[in-house]
Amino acid sequence: MADSATLVSRCLLSGNEAIARGAWEAGVKVASGYPGTPSTEILENLACYPDVYCEWAPNEKVSMEVAAGASFGGVRALATMKHVGVNVAADPLLTLAYTGVCGGVVFISADDPGMHSSQNEQDNRHYGRMASIPVLEPSDSQEAYEFTKLAFELSERFDTPVMVRTSTRIAHSAGPVRVGERAEAPCRPFAKNPGKFVMIPAYARRRHGVVLERERLLREFAEEDSINRIEWDLLDLGVVCSGIAYQYVREAYPEASVFKLGMTWPLPERKLMSFASEVKRVVVVEELDPFLETELRAMGIPCAGKELIPREGELDPGIVRAALTGQALEPRPSPDLPARPPVLCPGCPHRGVFWVLNRMRAIVPGDIGCYTLGALPPLSSLDICISMGASVGSAIGMERARSPEDERPLVAVIGDSTFIHSGISGLIDAVYNGTKITLVILDNKTTAMTGGQDHPGTGRTLMGTDAPVLDLVRICEAVGVGYVRRVDPLNLEETRAAIEEGLKHPGPAVIVAESPCALQAGVRQEALVVETEDCSACQVCFRLGCPALSGSEEDVRNGRSCASIDPLLCRGCSLCEQMCPRHAIHRAGEQTEAGR
Amino acid sequence: MKGGERGEVSTISIRIVGVGGQGIVLASNLLGEVALAAGLDVKKAEVHGMSQRGGSVTCDVRFGEKVFSPLTAPGDVDLIIAFERLEALRNLPALKPDGVIVVNRQSIAPSTVIAGMAVYPPDVDERLRQQAARLIFVDGPRIALDLGDPRVINSAVLGAASPLLPFSLEQWEEAFQARLKNKGVEINLQAFLRGRAEAESVEAAASGLPTA
Repeated sequence: MADSATLVSRCLLSGNEAIARGAWEAGVKVASGYPGTPSTEILENLACYPDVYCEWAPNEKVSMEVAAGASFGGVRALATMKHVGVNVAADPLLTLAYTGVCGGVVFISADDPGMHSSQNEQDNRHYGRMASIPVLEPSDSQEAYEFTKLAFELSERFDTPVMVRTSTRIAHSAGPVRVGERAEAPCRPFAKNPGKFVMIPAYARRRHGVVLERERLLREFAEEDSINRIEWDLLDLGVVCSGIAYQYVREAYPEASVFKLGMTWPLPERKLMSFASEVKRVVVVEELDPFLETELRAMGIPCAGKELIPREGELDPGIVRAALTGQALEPRPSPDLPARPPVLCPGCPHRGVFWVLNRMRAIVPGDIGCYTLGALPPLSSLDICISMGASVGSAIGMERARSPEDERPLVAVIGDSTFIHSGISGLIDAVYNGTKITLVILDNKTTAMTGGQDHPGTGRTLMGTDAPVLDLVRICEAVGVGYVRRVDPLNLEETRAAIEEGLKHPGPAVIVAESPCALQAGVRQEALVVETEDCSACQVCFRLGCPALSGSEEDVRNGRSCASIDPLLCRGCSLCEQMCPRHAIHRAGEQTEAGR
Repeated sequence: MKGGERGEVSTISIRIVGVGGQGIVLASNLLGEVALAAGLDVKKAEVHGMSQRGGSVTCDVRFGEKVFSPLTAPGDVDLIIAFERLEALRNLPALKPDGVIVVNRQSIAPSTVIAGMAVYPPDVDERLRQQAARLIFVDGPRIALDLGDPRVINSAVLGAASPLLPFSLEQWEEAFQARLKNKGVEINLQAFLRGRAEAESVEAAASGLPTA
């Protein structure tokens, strides 16, 4: 037994895997989240452990409320989300900060500096200050594991929800982690306590005082606990940092004395002032906002920060080295090369809808998901992307704003998971207030952008059990939409006809464009081929932006390349076949089948 | 004073680059596993989500006695493993002046090229030869074609990089066994060995990495 324990004790885990392990070892019993890069893999991993209920909630607000209820019910609970998801969950969070907890409540805010897969790069440490709750910031996978366990302890000890804030380079970086075993946390059954759990004004006023006293105690904890530590070295330079920035500092300037904050709210003022008094110069190295810097300045600590360290985007060891030493590593000039932006996959069912909308020259309020890529050339269809569910509300506003002379069709698009997340509220607004909008729900039966997670419309849960399938057509009919049609977006003519008919309908109209994500197993059909003799090299099919289609090197007509289909990439969706004016594209047939 | 961690053996920094969908994350996982099994500290950085959809993808793997940052500073990369030629050229500025680049002989046209808004540079190989002091080409697609499975290209490319790395063949085999769990271990190992053999015949592989 001892041997097998040693074997599993050191493994390479991503930050997300490490958080899942830490939560499980802490005895978490209930976990809820909504998929969002870079947080998604936490729950996917946690669901693989025994004795913990894990679920995908329809949105982050619900997941935070599930965690709150589980806590009041007496067990440890986890909520996971990306940074912008915390905005959605902020409503329950800021009052959960008042009620406090029974079982520990930890939520993960996975921030995305550099916006690898996000619409903004907000710095969620501000939520710690706003809610008066502790914020822990791990700097690698080992700490992601340890801090998650500690967060549950702090939550119960100080009667507060605790935020563990990661960033893409913590969540999706991997490092060795020494893990332990699960310790079951005792369940404390719910006991009525309206003064704590019922936040009517009279009780909430009292709780606010409790919150402020709690914050004072947490500040004392921050002064004493080793989660905030000083690594002394030369005294010429003292760096204050947290999270991934700590790793960059240690690599870029190993001689500096470093104040490493594992807890970035509340801050240990006395300890920071003492550190500052020992070193000649203090520099705050932090990604995004001058959060720590502002606090240090408020404490009266002279320091440098954002005049040296960029406020936009991600840091890296090179940027930090340049800032701390004034010596930039001279990178070679970047060559001028064709950009390679992300694209809709071959066979993606969204492509058909965007092709139709592009041809109609529609104004297209869009939403968050793979289909946001419909904004890029050559489809260039999607016109607006703000936040989850915003396609519907923004379509309503635009319809009310625009002049009756504007004859461009207005067609909003939203994914299935996003519609369930928060698009449905906008649709109820349109019906209730009688605003004529046309909405296409791009129903690919998964949460595709984050890697294909289940949701209430897929018929499966995160735990792998069967679930009732939320019927989007019936939902739309039930809220009172007078025109609802289900179409196959891989059928261009059917899709175009349904959208045009929807636009003519006097009230709100919904078209459910239903076809599974091309990455789902079993979707692939026989590849298509171009009959070169029939191809006129018009290259109209290239405007689909399908990665499987490109110009042939061998077959050239009048100086233009004929179309060529990569049989490895093609998923046989047949959109190019439907739109080819010369009917030069068709299924590969027996020969290719045999060659496979 | 806590300065004892200075003066340790240098970290080896590898950047794997290519196009979303080419199996770059899988290759980086293997590399991470083999380094961890060899008793080294390892850090690995990757990106998920939107950029994976056929866009440019990079993944850093770093190992040594003690590794801090998962990301490598631009210009500090010892070895670039490029799964696609244009991405090799794009990432070349990240390489140390005496670093090595392993390039898979595969071209994937970006959407901007297919849409006619840009041209795939016809002189990628020449520019790579001019700018990279030490260059190793490996014909991953041909190896995969010979073995009859397009999915083993990444193993072939990893094989071509392997003579530069401080791991034994046994250690690589164990990492393949551990990662792939019998799913195609044999054919992936064959591809790996073919790639390795191609690289071993190239001079650039002979003297190892700058920091090794």
